[in-house]
Amino acid sequence: MTSIIERGAATRPIVPPPARKPGFFGSSTGQKAVMAVTGAVLVLFLAGHMAGNLKTFAGATAFNEYAAWLREVGYPALPKRAVLTLVEVVLVAAVGLHLWSAVALARRAARARPVRYARRRRSQAGGYVVHIMRWGGLTIALFVIYHLLDLTFGVANPAGPAATPYARVVAGFQHWYVTLVYTLAVVMVGLHLRHGLWSAFQTLGLGRHRKALQAGAVLVSAGLVAGFLSVPYAVLIGVVR
Amino acid sequence: MTDRMSFQVGEDIRDTKAPDGPIEERWERRKFQARLVNPANKRKLHVIVVGTGLAGGSAAATLGELGYQVTSFCYQDSPRRAHSIAAQGGINAAKNYRGDGDSIHRLFYDTVKGGDFRSRESNVYRLAQVSVNIIDQAVAQGVPFAREYGGLLDTRSFGGAQVSRTFYARGQTGQQLLLGAYQALERQIAAGTVTMNARHEMLELIISDGRARGVVVRDLVTGEIESHLADAVVLATGGYGNVFFLSTNAKGCNTTAIWRAHRKGAMFANPCFTQIHPTCIPVSGDHQSKLTLMSESLRNDGRVWVPVQAGDTRAPGDIPEAERDYYLERIYPAFGNLVPRDIASRAAKNVCDEGRGVGPGGLGVYLDFADAIARLGRPAIEAKYGNLFDMYAQITGEDPYRRPMRIYPAVHYTMGGLWVDYDLQSTIPGLFVIGEANFSDHGANRLGASALMQGLADGYFVLPTTIGDYLADARDFGPVDDVAVAEAEIAVRDRIARLLAVDGTRTADSYHRELGKLMWDYCGMERTEESLRKALERIPELRAEFWRNVKVSGTAEELNQALERAGRVADFFDLAELMCLDALNRTESCGGHFRAESQDADGEAVRDDEKFAYVAAWEHTPDGPVLHREHLEYAYVTMTQRSYK
Amino acid sequence: MNLTLKIWRQHDAAKSGQMVTYHVEEVSPDMSFLEMLDVLNERLILDGDDPVAFDHDCREGICGMCGLVINGVAHGESRATTTCQLHMRQFSDGDVITVEPWRAAPFPVIKDLVVDRSAFDRIIQAGGFISVPAGSAPDAHAVPVKKEDADAAFDAATCIGCGACVAACPNGSASLFTAAKITHLGLLPQGQPERAVRAKAMVEQMDLEGFGGCTNTGECTAVCPKGIPLDTIARMNADFLGRRG
Ligand SMILES: Cc1cc2nc3c(=O)[nH]c(=O)nc-3n(C[C@H](O)[C@H](O)[C@H](O)COP(=O)(O)OP(=O)(O)OC[C@H]3O[C@@H](n4cnc5c(N)ncnc54)[C@H](O)[C@@H]3O)c2cc1C
Ligand code: HEM
Ligand code: FES
Repeated sequence: MTSIIERGAATRPIVPPPARKPGFFGSSTGQKAVMAVTGAVLVLFLAGHMAGNLKTFAGATAFNEYAAWLREVGYPALPKRAVLTLVEVVLVAAVGLHLWSAVALARRAARARPVRYARRRRSQAGGYVVHIMRWGGLTIALFVIYHLLDLTFGVANPAGPAATPYARVVAGFQHWYVTLVYTLAVVMVGLHLRHGLWSAFQTLGLGRHRKALQAGAVLVSAGLVAGFLSVPYAVLIGVVR
Repeated sequence: MTDRMSFQVGEDIRDTKAPDGPIEERWERRKFQARLVNPANKRKLHVIVVGTGLAGGSAAATLGELGYQVTSFCYQDSPRRAHSIAAQGGINAAKNYRGDGDSIHRLFYDTVKGGDFRSRESNVYRLAQVSVNIIDQAVAQGVPFAREYGGLLDTRSFGGAQVSRTFYARGQTGQQLLLGAYQALERQIAAGTVTMNARHEMLELIISDGRARGVVVRDLVTGEIESHLADAVVLATGGYGNVFFLSTNAKGCNTTAIWRAHRKGAMFANPCFTQIHPTCIPVSGDHQSKLTLMSESLRNDGRVWVPVQAGDTRAPGDIPEAERDYYLERIYPAFGNLVPRDIASRAAKNVCDEGRGVGPGGLGVYLDFADAIARLGRPAIEAKYGNLFDMYAQITGEDPYRRPMRIYPAVHYTMGGLWVDYDLQSTIPGLFVIGEANFSDHGANRLGASALMQGLADGYFVLPTTIGDYLADARDFGPVDDVAVAEAEIAVRDRIARLLAVDGTRTADSYHRELGKLMWDYCGMERTEESLRKALERIPELRAEFWRNVKVSGTAEELNQALERAGRVADFFDLAELMCLDALNRTESCGGHFRAESQDADGEAVRDDEKFAYVAAWEHTPDGPVLHREHLEYAYVTMTQRSYK
Repeated sequence: MNLTLKIWRQHDAAKSGQMVTYHVEEVSPDMSFLEMLDVLNERLILDGDDPVAFDHDCREGICGMCGLVINGVAHGESRATTTCQLHMRQFSDGDVITVEPWRAAPFPVIKDLVVDRSAFDRIIQAGGFISVPAGSAPDAHAVPVKKEDADAAFDAATCIGCGACVAACPNGSASLFTAAKITHLGLLPQGQPERAVRAKAMVEQMDLEGFGGCTNTGECTAVCPKGIPLDTIARMNADFLGRRG
């Protein structure tokens, strides 16, 4: 009647908690706050980036001028590329810190559940999105690298580094597979933000109107996805050439 | 008459601690007379508190605040889980915030009358006085009582009281009050004044030089037997309703702590006074492990009925109006469905005994909301009772909006307990008993919403004052006798070893079930000389069989829930016997104790004040129980018979 | 009905455990889940085996003592239900049911399905109270409290401390438990003086105990027998970051 059929893992011995208080950046809530603030910076960047992308519809000249302008905002009051460099530094720092807190929280989570459940169940909260934040984030990170090689440095672009920005955009998205990669990545960004946007409010203690914020997060991420994807698809179907 | 049914009568006892003089001034005077312990000495005084319910939790926290060194025990994994957490309805207090004529005197009067004149006037008056401070204390702690739009506290009337004096936190008043006490306790634990030992069960009392000086406990995780010593011991271990196996108490509620103290010399008062609650969800089968209470408030809108015909098995909806017997409305036209608990319970039993009960085993009556839903609309009923209806649906799988609920009475509260004086000290010096574990304030019947009040009154306000008077002499107590400690430990180990050694063929639970059924049938809602005698014959037989044939698996040196249960059941056997003896002795009917021989032509309980206006305090001796009477005198309330017709 | 149970058995904290299969027959749909385990245990005891240890007390969903992960879901799949309130009519004949303890490093297994949740008590010790010694309280009506605040505080205060939130959280975070108490006390005027220190101290303790961080997955609320809302966590974060609102 009683039979032993499978062997499970042992429970880890009890580890006494460290005696030292962790401080703000060592605390889970502090780490989350870093994630939220850096995430917010990245979202603002994304919004600006998307708005800029839409210049493509204004034609090759306008877009190329815009790309050039980016490099000389504030000139001559400031040196060329000053603002852009500043933005880049902020972005790199944001990505770095964002990644750091993601890793810190993931490690904390792994420590908190050394033994997994034998039977795993789909989400009770009904959200698959929230469970792919980490993998989604990683996908985005990989994509960003490709994206920089493709359109910023041009080395991974069919038109090559010498072409104008506009030419690179058109050359790339004519290929269905390039558009597909961008689509997947942008949708991933959208999913990341669908949870992330609301989550950031919650993390910073602003999440009192949860339903409204969640709805807002869906709208904003959908808007970003649509905005970003409009350019590649316009190229693919030949509206932009 | 066999040996089992006889007892000796000892000297009368008198509570010498209650000051005399006008009743309003007694508590003030006692407080003033009580000697104080200077703060520097308090730190050196050690108090053990067993139990972390409303009584024990509040007492340990308050003693810690006062500067005593406290060691606290509970059998659950956290002090927050004591059974007080389950209280639903509310807590009484004579605040008179409504201006509806309530007063300390009226709460006092209602409690004495509700207790059917079997409680002490001085104690009850103090309880009513202190009740107002409890609400202040709880609110300051952040207990989220229900409030009105003006921001002031809401109250409701409860259990047939004519004033609205019951404060409540939705249906979870006990939980909220207990969490208040628990948080105060945790604060003291953090402050280092209280040492908490969760998952520890008290199994013996240590008496040295005639004083209670410690306890022997079992660490329920490791099985280790430990002795803890102190200058005084407080028992706050709750009620013993689980002697009936099925009750609304938590599974772990037990009599072990107070029973062990009783065996060591603390008198046990009025053990037969148990309260049966009329609105519980009926038993659904042999697997039943406990009963769930449905708030009494349901009777405000539900109508109680059974089929006119015995053995009518039609679905309730198929039984036409003319063939339904709304028996409470019929027999008690003035109060109808709102008659007090004991009356409603007995009436339900009577109709079921006539074969008119409904549901599995015929042990249930309908509580029908069809009229109320028709009159007020479903949303109104949902708003009022939604959570209760959901709970009912979850447990029974039936939808109470469409089909009348089935309810049946169940054991709910035990008014009896260890005898204590005005200072809440038992007959063992240094052993204080508070909360449901003592017998003090409710007489033969407790009013709804008064147990929470008593537990907190004892723990926050009364005990912390009176124990100081006792501890003022602590310097003269001397060291605890090693032999006494060793003997207590050996007794505990022996009992455990005996339980494990039997290695029989029945589980402790199955004996508990049988004992419970026996108690319910013979010493339950209605008791007769015959039934009690039968019980007194059967219990010793069953106990003997238990000790011959119980099976406890596992060892003593580990977490062993089978062993825990067996130990508790063993003590229930002994207690059950004393309950029956007490019930046999008390040939009157009063409050929760109904002797079929003592009723009028209409079947109403008849008290016998000439013979029984006393507290029956039982002493344990090697030669059997000895009855000591504490005569009750009423100077402020005139004794009357209750009538609800 | 007849059921197959796969239950986590572990003799004590030091030993390793395993899933063990049992068959129980003639289970009545009216039984509660724990009553079904009682039946199994009665049989195990008579066979001289060790009964399955599990925590329980009130068996009416309020003490918070019970807690099993049933088929991968804390307290089983019925919403707003504790294990003790779960009834067997939720299952069908022939079902295979896995039963596991709460899994989290700060909740080490004591035996079988019993875990040590004392970490929760220590979080309360860190600041989950209002400092008011008995006897010093002003009249209860001295400070009126807005009904909405009192009601919202009550909603948070209904937490039974069972630990299902931790068990269900993919991060093993105790945020919902901690936030419920911070919200309860922080919403009341009585709780204001200690509000900022309370949040800081309780969050610190929560971290020290080794719970994971919150990523707002909402799994906790979904299994919470009392439906404590996620908004409490926002409130905790606000208090922790020193923001008022
Ligand atoms: C379902 C239900 C609803 C109720 N509703 C109301 C209501 O609305 N209003 C009202 O006024 N009253 C109500 N009551 C009654 C009231 O809740 C109790 O009488 C009261 O809470 C008892 O408190 P206590 O502190 O004396 O004991 P408990 O709260 O029972 O605490 C007992 C403590 O002792 C410990 N303990 C017990 N035995 C041992 C041992 N051997 N070793 C170590 N520790 C031990 C336990 O761990 C626990 O901490 C209700 C009771 C029930 C069952
Ligand atoms: C480098 C790659 C990235 C990784 C590894 C990553 C990972 C994560 C993780 C693990 C979370 C926490 C999940 C949670 O709270 O449930 C998170 C949150 C978030 N991410 Fe990212 N992410 C990345 C890129 C981005 C980008 C490009 C943006 C902006 C466009 C962004 C915006 C956000 C926001 C707003 C949040 C919410 C913060 C919060 O929950 O408080 N992330 N990210
Ligand atoms: S046993 Fe109390 S909540 Fe389940």
